[in-house]
Amino acid sequence: MQKQLDTFNEAGIRVVAISVDTPEESRRLAQLAHYTFPLLSDQKREAINHYDLVHKGGGPSGEDISRPAEFLLDSSGTVRWRMLTENYWKRTTPEQVLAAAKELP
Amino acid sequence: MKKFNWQIWAGFLLTIFAFLSYPFIFIEWPLTRDFPWLNLLLFAAALVLLIVGLRRAFKPERRLFSKIAAPILTVLSVLILALFIFVAFIESRRLPASQAAPAVGQKAPEFTLADTNSKPVTLVELVSQPINNKPAKGVLLIFYRGYW
Repeated sequence: MQKQLDTFNEAGIRVVAISVDTPEESRRLAQLAHYTFPLLSDQKREAINHYDLVHKGGGPSGEDISRPAEFLLDSSGTVRWRMLTENYWKRTTPEQVLAAAKELP
Repeated sequence: MKKFNWQIWAGFLLTIFAFLSYPFIFIEWPLTRDFPWLNLLLFAAALVLLIVGLRRAFKPERRLFSKIAAPILTVLSVLILALFIFVAFIESRRLPASQAAPAVGQKAPEFTLADTNSKPVTLVELVSQPINNKPAKGVLLIFYRGYW
């Protein structure tokens, strides 16, 4: 995703990643992987509850985590494209998202 | 000294490679990631080597060491294959159905979450702030399992 970040930004798309990691853990990940897009921390599982993405007991010690999912929103905050994979090794490619981004008004 | 039973060892090492090459190599490309056919082919090739090696190990002139090592390596290889099938086809699909996830055309639920500096960020901000001094056309939200 980082490699394609400029392409996304040029297309007017802001990339944001969300997990249940703490801000410190996310900062470590961002430093390690040289991510420059924002990583947000949903420690209280509020957003993933509202988005119905909670994977109960999916974490390594049985904690609730987020399932993988991607949503492309337009500038009004409406979902224009989404991907809820059924296999966590099967992830969206940047090309798929960019194709969907072309359809945005 | 009988000749080294290379087939059994090659079969075992190829099994390990078939297992590890998925998360470390073939996960990179959708073609080899979405269905691990290349890894299953490697497992199949390893199995052929193991069967050949196993038959060789039980020839009467082979040493006792060979007769013990060959079945152990074969059993280990089969266990590695079983683990691969479990992880690749069962464990990775145990994801919740997420029936209530916001659908196309629906408004995405608002949220306020902390960024890596513990500063609160709202969805409204993400959608409305300009990118490279141009108004944002959209936001891609990527939910991920976490780094732990």
